[in-house]
Amino acid sequence: MTTATARVSRTGHSATKPSKNARSRERALAWARRAPLLPALVFLIVVTQLPFVVTLIISFLNWNSLRPDQTGFAGFENYIQVLTNADLRQAIFTTIVLTVSVVLASLLIGLGLALLLDKKFIGRGLARTLLIAPFLVVPVAAALVWKHALLNPTYGLINGILTWIWSLFGSSNPPQPDLLSQAPLTAVVLSLVWQWTPFMMLILLAGLQSRPMDTVEAAQMDGASPWDIFRHLTLPHLRQYLELGGLLGAIYIVQNFDAVFTLTSGGLGTANLPYAIYQTFYFANEYGLASAAGVVVVIGTIIVATFALRTVFSLFKKEAAR
Amino acid sequence: MSTLSPAAPRNTPAGPTALDTGTRRRGLGRFGGKSRMDPTRNSTAAGIAAWLLALLFAAPVLWMILTSFHSETDAATNPPSIAANLNLDAYQEFFGASSGVSPWPPLINSAMASVLSTVLVLLLSIPAAYALSIRPVKKWTDVMFFFLSTKMMPVVAAILPLYLFAKSVGALDNIWFLILMYTSMNLPIAVWMMRSFLAEVPVEMLEAAQIDGANLLLTLRKIIAPVAMPGIAATALICFIFSWNELLLARVLTGVVAGTAPVFLTGFVSSQGLFLAKVCAAAVVISLPVLFAGFAAQDKLVQGLSLGAVK
Repeated sequence: MTTATARVSRTGHSATKPSKNARSRERALAWARRAPLLPALVFLIVVTQLPFVVTLIISFLNWNSLRPDQTGFAGFENYIQVLTNADLRQAIFTTIVLTVSVVLASLLIGLGLALLLDKKFIGRGLARTLLIAPFLVVPVAAALVWKHALLNPTYGLINGILTWIWSLFGSSNPPQPDLLSQAPLTAVVLSLVWQWTPFMMLILLAGLQSRPMDTVEAAQMDGASPWDIFRHLTLPHLRQYLELGGLLGAIYIVQNFDAVFTLTSGGLGTANLPYAIYQTFYFANEYGLASAAGVVVVIGTIIVATFALRTVFSLFKKEAAR
Repeated sequence: MSTLSPAAPRNTPAGPTALDTGTRRRGLGRFGGKSRMDPTRNSTAAGIAAWLLALLFAAPVLWMILTSFHSETDAATNPPSIAANLNLDAYQEFFGASSGVSPWPPLINSAMASVLSTVLVLLLSIPAAYALSIRPVKKWTDVMFFFLSTKMMPVVAAILPLYLFAKSVGALDNIWFLILMYTSMNLPIAVWMMRSFLAEVPVEMLEAAQIDGANLLLTLRKIIAPVAMPGIAATALICFIFSWNELLLARVLTGVVAGTAPVFLTGFVSSQGLFLAKVCAAAVVISLPVLFAGFAAQDKLVQGLSLGAVK
């Protein structure tokens, strides 16, 4: 298909005021341009948009696969249930708390780390490699390690280290918190912040290193303090990188399933929407209800995304204007 | 000034990327302005802080690796036995020494799903990116945002129809269906990334080639490929990692036959008695491909994850 495009392209730009013949050629040209795009576009529409339309339809049905005889039109019944059902309302709330706290914390810590890594010091390359490591552990594996090897109240590393530190001071009565049952959402947030901080750090580091250094140097010559430089030069420059990191982080973390599934199995108020929906259709077989919840997630995402997309769009327009 | 917009920096594509911190000092410094003040000169305090934090962040990974070489009794002590004897028992157990359950089928499934979906993604995204950058269609920005918006739709919002469809046509527990799902999951990201790379192909050179009557093949080989190759590698890496890591779709759409490594891992912790070393060994083995790929191409990783926006 690319051959077709190129053959047309070599004929150069089409003539000005087209005759009938030229107009049909122009149309052919436009299609030749579109041709390489079509396979990807069609594939994506079929695999992602079509199923969503079906989800939309199912969301108005009363459909539980265990009671197929009672299947029928339900109107807005499922939606009312999503918004009134305590579990699903809790899931909406959990999703928001989880996403906001993980994105903010990992952005902040990532910024700190990026600023440190932007300095020269011995073994910087190795330090960076170590810092990236959390992001390169398969999420399920990371969640399992957190659950069993780190947070386990009796033999996890964290309580083990507390025991060790307390024993240094001759105490045989160290605190042994059980985060997974006392503050399960914190445990999930902690493990996700650990995994996502390197990602934010990498984006922000790339941002820092694209800073125009001559202005920084000029400011330094003029006696600007490091804080002034950070506040008035670095931070404004980093702004779009912060926004980009936040947007991408939010896209991925809203959909998080692995950590919730593995660490807490959605127990004790940690079930986010993806997990709750999975439960609703996979175990409770409430197809209609699960679909309505899915539609609610999409609506929520659209609301957030229009804000976020505006940011990306502003970056994008600069280029389009090129 | 901004380098965030995909095509803004038109520096040498094959040259070092921005993340090559050690060798490339930014812009001007590179050309030997040695009298310039370097605000990032050696900083001991920052170095110590960075190293401490690096060790803190890496600690869970290092602990995972260390524990995987411990015996089960040494793995589950409080306080931790850091200096315990090392052995390979946990790995032998993971590979089914006593249970007889081999992890190879799920590992092979994962490899198949990741590699083949990546190939499919490249086959679909490269022509699409071409039509969005080098010979852009009208309203190409709208098309770009359509691609991104499909990524914003959570998988859960479409998974039930996909599950029902797979069930009705007998494609449940079929690796090929999963491969198609992974292709659609990664396609939007790949299109964004590839577009940002192809947008770096110098337009003047393309026009010059056109005037000289170079055919498409020659143009592709001499002008587009050198710029696009690193981009293709970055895209492939990201798609591979995302597919390898994926759990939700694999869990819902596969079972005994086509189950992938992450699915295998979640079912691995039913266990009787002590299993900590075994879990760590399993986590290490399953993470190895991603760890290797990621460390080998750290800078590509950023480009990929930021959809090509950050160079």
